[in-house]
Amino acid sequence: MSSPAPREYHAPVWNEPVIMELSHAGRRGQLFPPPEKEVTALVGPPEELVPRAMRRNDMPALPELTEPEVQRHYLKLSQQTLGMVNISLFGTCTMKYNPRACEEAARQLRAVHPLQHEDTLQGILQIIHGFDLILRELSGMDQFIFQAGGGADAAYTHCVVTRAYHQSRGELEQRNEIVTSIQAHPCNAATAAAAGFKVVTLMLEKNGYPSIDALKAAVSNRTAALMIGNPDDMGIYNPDIKEWVRIVHDAGGLCFYDHANFNGVMGKLRARELGFDACMYMLHKTFGAPKGGGGPAVGAYGCTAALTPFLPGPVVVNEDGRYRLDERPLGAGKVREFHGNVPQILKAYGWARAMGAAGIDQASDLSVLANNYMDRKLAEIPGLNRSNPDNRQWRMEMTRWGLGKLKEDTGIGTVEVASRMADYGIDPWWMSHEPWVVPEPFTPEAGEMYSKEDIDSWIAVIARIVREAYETPELVKTAPHRQAIGKIKGEVLDEPARWAMTWRAFLRKHRR
Amino acid sequence: MKANEPPAHPWMANSTAAAKQEMLDAIGAKSIAELFEQIPADHRLRRPLNLPPALASEAELSRHLVQLLRRNRTSEDCLSFLGAGCWPHHVPAVVDEIVGRTEFLTPVWGSPQSDHGRNQAWFEFNSGLGELLDMEVVQLPVYSWGCAAGHAIRMASRLTGRHEVLVPRHGDPERLSVIRTYCEPREMPRHIEVVPVDSDPAGLLDLADLERKISRRTAAVYFENPSYLGMIETQGAAISAIAKAAGAQAIVGADPLSLGILKPPAQYGADIVVGPTQPLGVHMNAGGGVGGYIASRDEERYVREYNGFLVSITETERAGEYGFALASAHQTSYGMREAGKDWTGNSVYLWAIAAAVYMSLLGPQGFREIGELIIARSHYAGQRLAAINGLQLPFGSGFFKEFVVNFDATGLSVAEINRRLREQHAIFGGKDLSGELPELGQSALYCVTELHTAADIDRLVSSVTEVVS
Repeated sequence: MSSPAPREYHAPVWNEPVIMELSHAGRRGQLFPPPEKEVTALVGPPEELVPRAMRRNDMPALPELTEPEVQRHYLKLSQQTLGMVNISLFGTCTMKYNPRACEEAARQLRAVHPLQHEDTLQGILQIIHGFDLILRELSGMDQFIFQAGGGADAAYTHCVVTRAYHQSRGELEQRNEIVTSIQAHPCNAATAAAAGFKVVTLMLEKNGYPSIDALKAAVSNRTAALMIGNPDDMGIYNPDIKEWVRIVHDAGGLCFYDHANFNGVMGKLRARELGFDACMYMLHKTFGAPKGGGGPAVGAYGCTAALTPFLPGPVVVNEDGRYRLDERPLGAGKVREFHGNVPQILKAYGWARAMGAAGIDQASDLSVLANNYMDRKLAEIPGLNRSNPDNRQWRMEMTRWGLGKLKEDTGIGTVEVASRMADYGIDPWWMSHEPWVVPEPFTPEAGEMYSKEDIDSWIAVIARIVREAYETPELVKTAPHRQAIGKIKGEVLDEPARWAMTWRAFLRKHRR
Repeated sequence: MKANEPPAHPWMANSTAAAKQEMLDAIGAKSIAELFEQIPADHRLRRPLNLPPALASEAELSRHLVQLLRRNRTSEDCLSFLGAGCWPHHVPAVVDEIVGRTEFLTPVWGSPQSDHGRNQAWFEFNSGLGELLDMEVVQLPVYSWGCAAGHAIRMASRLTGRHEVLVPRHGDPERLSVIRTYCEPREMPRHIEVVPVDSDPAGLLDLADLERKISRRTAAVYFENPSYLGMIETQGAAISAIAKAAGAQAIVGADPLSLGILKPPAQYGADIVVGPTQPLGVHMNAGGGVGGYIASRDEERYVREYNGFLVSITETERAGEYGFALASAHQTSYGMREAGKDWTGNSVYLWAIAAAVYMSLLGPQGFREIGELIIARSHYAGQRLAAINGLQLPFGSGFFKEFVVNFDATGLSVAEINRRLREQHAIFGGKDLSGELPELGQSALYCVTELHTAADIDRLVSSVTEVVS
């Protein structure tokens, strides 16, 4: 099999100024009409309506540009964004195609207000309920809500529901600990702490996950909940997970399944049958809604009937074909205003309907097949090590790899390789969440969208960069070379005297 | 394709039998099923998923979605006066074009080089908002205004080591609910007590009640301008001074669209400013357009307390070139897990780009014009409604965009009036306040923006006149 030659890509270089620098006094990008004559006749001049003490006396130093100037500026910036236009095998994110038919349909939600009367929202509520039913079937849970603004926010939602549940039993003060693992996404530990819990973190053992003994030692009558993902980012599935859930339940704690890594198991197993009380899915990644560089996002949170009274409201319910927003008297407080990112729910619903049961099952088949194919190919490249080398089983939908040997041999690690990848038109890879349990980590995930040739192209780029690292290491160390900008100087970013989070701060600190 | 093979799925390149076989051969596996060997048999679902029939063709899918969505009525089908945390504003077509660009719509993360354009757009969001707010540090937006207020209050609690926040009693129940969630229940060791402060008869914060309640326990005073009920808070400087005298932080929630005509909170003593990003070029999206900003002075002790992403301008290895990357990043939950500042993750960063484009299109003069148009038309609507028999404005004038209308003297409930407006006049009346603020009687919060013409308001007035008579 011949390996495709990496593309000699070059990003557009516009040297585009910051938009404030493009300003010309007096130019306009949008006009608004003056108030109508009858308006002014009744209320007087607008400036007189502002109490004197509250009138703005200075003009904000926003740029003054024509409409096409603004448009062209941002078109150039979009061109200087690689943004998944080529191949992005970015692990832990289950990156997918974002169907444009769903984007098109979502336009019809633009002018809908969340506080409209239910009679005027029946279409939206039916979609939310319909998608709730789909997720119930995928997970075995009894109810989903979509208020959380991302995966981390869904983890926070679980902490909030956990508080309300233990509070209703008078045990919240006592149950002040949440158990997680060092390989669980940092948001689990962070949201538990932000919700007021102590965090108990289990370390990984030889087989790639914490032992049952470690778990038993960690749980007690102080345990409020377990928050855990499975498989983890190594691509290793914890086969003891049912026993884990039993142990935590016996101690009186709740069990939350972080399904960020759903691609490998969707259609294959359900949180409910493993014993979990709750789980979450990322609609902006796993269910085909676009990620937007970081949202608008949705963390769909589902739970069993035992927890539904504690869900933050409102919950969409179906009463004989009429849909209604239901508030829960015991419900936890809201985690975000309104009903969630409704367009993203619509897009996820559309994705799931287009995939169907067989399509979803096939997507997990293809994800796992593609990852193991990629594993085999990566293993042929020198300097790379697969995590947990003693584990010879097929991995799930992604695998944690490391460049420890490459770093020892050449001084080049995962950050430098990531920077160089973009020179070949490939999005820099996902390395690992903190802490790095594998030296110089990277975590590719092929998913079901990319073709075998895409994967081959991606691997050919990695092989090329590794060869460069051994033969011409300076080329990689000084990368990128073919991007919109050169390598950034990072030292400014942690120096209070020099960092500048706004143009005005930059002018004050650097242009005086 | 072999006979009897189902068609390949349009979104899955490797769904052909040939591609699967090629990869299986390459790895030496007999079947895909064996690749799932890690999952014990008793963990597996033993039946196929039972989902609604697949809509595999785009034509079927689009038709289905559109049919469902037609069951809604929108604020374009009807004349709507709903606001309260999500407002109808004009979104320039260029904003929609830019946020619809695939490069901005779909990226996952990238690096400061590979996604330089997006990072620059993010910095321009910070910079534009910094000009409107007269503040030097702006974070990428969090999920919503309520979440921004929650994080800011937690910042203030960490900065002061205190565990109490004073908030207006007449606050948005949606935002207050989120704030209470963020402040944690009493059982938690870092619980922050949320203490409501009364309003005075003009709808402004009752300074005497504030003075009574503030103490050395108070971490922050949080108030909004304009207030939830639309009133322009004229005592901003006095409130900030009272907070400072007690050693507390002054946190102000401000609608950025008001800042072309209203004084930015930094100019009357605010330490941290939060607010909604949806008014800056984001469609209402049934509430899915919301987002929240957080801003402060450029002082290290504030910067080190931010929970999310701070994008700084920096230099590159090439002389004279800008780059943009995350500053003070280690303090986030990505860097420090449970020891980080609250948590962060995916939020509404695409809307930061929308807001950057919007602020650039409007410029200083556009913000002045839209502010004047909104304040004039909302007062026109208020005065016209107040002239209807049985209606009054309990807080008089001096508001921006939203105002309370009381219907007590009509003998009708807001629910009934709104039902008649909706069913007989294709009008969505203002938000019913009677459940959340019973002391205001049968009152509604009306929202009037640059989209409501004098003719629209005249239509509202004649319809309301008809339904209450």
